[in-house]
Amino acid sequence: MNFDLTEERQMLQDTLRRYLRDKYTTAKRNDILGSDAGMSSDIWAELAELGVIGALFTEDQGGFGGAGFDIAVVFEELGRAGVVEPFLDSALLGGRLLAAAGKSELVEQMIGGDVHLALAHGEPGGRYDLDHVHTQADGDLLTGRKAVVMNAEAADYLIVSARNGDTIGLYLVNKGAQGLDVQGYPLLAGGRAGEVTLDKTPGQALGLGLDDLQNATALALVAQCAETLGAMETATHLTKDYLMTRTQFGRPIGTFQALAHRMSDLLIELEQARSAVINAAGYLESSDRDMHLSASKNLIGRVGRLVAEEAIQMHGGIAMTQEYELAHIAKRIVMADHRFGDTDYHLERFIALSAA
Amino acid sequence: MDLSYSPDELAFQDELRSFLRDELPGDIADKVRLGADLSKDDMERWHAILNARGWLAQNWPHAFGGAEWSAVQRHIYDVEAAAAHAPRIVPFGLSMLGPVLQKFGSKAQQDHWLPRILDGSDWWCQGYSEPGAGSDLASLKTRAVRDGDHYIVNGQKTWTTLGQHANMIFCLVRTDPDVKQQEGISFLLIDMDSPGVEVRPIILLDGCHEVNEVWFTDVRVPADNLVGEENKGWTYAKYLLTHERTGLGGVGSSQAGLAAVKRLARAENHNGKPLIQNPHFAARIAQVEIDMRAMATSNLRIVSQAAAGGAPGLEASMLKVKGSIIRQEINDLARRAAGPYAMPFASEAVEGANDTIPDPHGAGPVAAQYFNNRKLSIFGGSNEIQRGIIAKVTMSGGA
Repeated sequence: MNFDLTEERQMLQDTLRRYLRDKYTTAKRNDILGSDAGMSSDIWAELAELGVIGALFTEDQGGFGGAGFDIAVVFEELGRAGVVEPFLDSALLGGRLLAAAGKSELVEQMIGGDVHLALAHGEPGGRYDLDHVHTQADGDLLTGRKAVVMNAEAADYLIVSARNGDTIGLYLVNKGAQGLDVQGYPLLAGGRAGEVTLDKTPGQALGLGLDDLQNATALALVAQCAETLGAMETATHLTKDYLMTRTQFGRPIGTFQALAHRMSDLLIELEQARSAVINAAGYLESSDRDMHLSASKNLIGRVGRLVAEEAIQMHGGIAMTQEYELAHIAKRIVMADHRFGDTDYHLERFIALSAA
Repeated sequence: MDLSYSPDELAFQDELRSFLRDELPGDIADKVRLGADLSKDDMERWHAILNARGWLAQNWPHAFGGAEWSAVQRHIYDVEAAAAHAPRIVPFGLSMLGPVLQKFGSKAQQDHWLPRILDGSDWWCQGYSEPGAGSDLASLKTRAVRDGDHYIVNGQKTWTTLGQHANMIFCLVRTDPDVKQQEGISFLLIDMDSPGVEVRPIILLDGCHEVNEVWFTDVRVPADNLVGEENKGWTYAKYLLTHERTGLGGVGSSQAGLAAVKRLARAENHNGKPLIQNPHFAARIAQVEIDMRAMATSNLRIVSQAAAGGAPGLEASMLKVKGSIIRQEINDLARRAAGPYAMPFASEAVEGANDTIPDPHGAGPVAAQYFNNRKLSIFGGSNEIQRGIIAKVTMSGGA
């Protein structure tokens, strides 16, 4: 047993934390949130330069990491700073699927920060069920609708799931392909997504199926849990500072036991969340991977709600304002519950997998 | 004990339902149902319709032009209005200032201000909280200094709800800095058009402009606008807060919110079945509904007791805590029910924006409402302050 980060990962963490603390300030992020693109291409390029994307891929794939703990280190830092640029969707989900399909040239461009991707998988009415695919593949022509597709507008390529008979396959669709339409909109917690419709849109079969989607989703679950952990660290840190400085009734409000004990509970739960992320990353390659991932996502969902709500409540009104750091962080934490299965979805999956 | 409505109350319920069906404008009800932002005009139109029927000032005595409804009648209105997607009545003039003027205002103040609340001549907002005086309201610093037949006011108020629409603000101001905090506060009515008053918007975390900062720089206020006695403002403020709290069980909103969650959970599918049949989600709905049913009865008990003359201080605190928890739980269920479609930012709810929500089941801006309603346990005396009141009253024998 060893719970220390490797030297390389420690260095990556330090570099990222320093860069984001200096560059990704609340004011900078509020500018990004208010922009039409909903992301900064400068930040994207600089983070790619620092190795954020390369760390998500194995050496064989052209990167220098790719393991669960590489993913966890990167996304914990992105979460701590409330980064809204689509590293999870474009780089990790999109990139790792293309790597699995052997599209090494595209992956190389992606690692360099030059190509954006989007996974167009979920459909209206499908909620979190991975096998809910009604989009039809007629040969290489795709027809259907995809729901809440992250990064759909910025993507140079979409990876689209479609059904051909009983088989679900993944197809690569070029931006601007015939019959492809994207209706974009902003997201409450930052970034943009879109509704994607395909009408006999040409796609290139990637030779990937439902198993590959499950593998990519497993990576995304590690990333989402780690990102939320980072955000919760920021939320608890801000709350602790506020309790020690905000004075009411002639004393810092953190000296009221009713609040002090609740702050202690947050710190206890934060350690639970940290361990849950370690479990998710550490069991990523194990045979009972999905049970561990569901356990982690369920715990992060429960703790996340507690941390976000308690952090806001203990701050009071100031936390309700757009311009205060916690508002954005709290939104990131709660909205993470709406990705890759929510608390209840993973509770059920844990029950099913742990009873088996 | 009898939990059923009397024949008179049932007739009243029927009358209300037809009124809401015939008189509530469809465009306003649609906005409320979809969680869109109401304009000032929307709110004023609805007030005017209620006022024409004599139902705007529901808790005011007949003598002041009110409906003088019983506790049960007000409860029936809350439930029916929320179910019909009627806007809430803007409370600042009607529920807050009105009762204070009726109890503590001069005859001249009553004659002048009360009719103007009813006919919409004045839009009031509340000047209580300050940046350094939130939960600890009595530490407020906005200063009013007597200068002949005027007061000169300097300071800053914050969290001023709908202050952007208001032409009048009732304020707690410090008139004597040298006595115990609570004994140096006065209750002052200030014209927002006076020179030196500035309103600055605060954008909330859901993107909406609902609250404001209000700044006062050498604002001259006629001394006639002092309510009651100088330095007795804290007494009036406490009276007002009690009135503010009696509505805060929010039974009508909770019932309408839960009905919306159920509609959504019937439309959403999970593993090929309606979400409402999923045991975990069904259990979540059932738990909050069970709590809500008990709270609805608590609400009626407490409001009836208040109507009979009992001061509802302690019980109002209890109702505020429980009611806010239940409403927030329902907001949490709504965002869960919407699934991935909770994530889009429904910016059509924000003035000037025109993005629409793509959700096929019309969930509306459920996540934005979830975040917005975190305010329920913060404003009007946070739940921590309410718990403090409950503990103080029950364990040391006095408030």
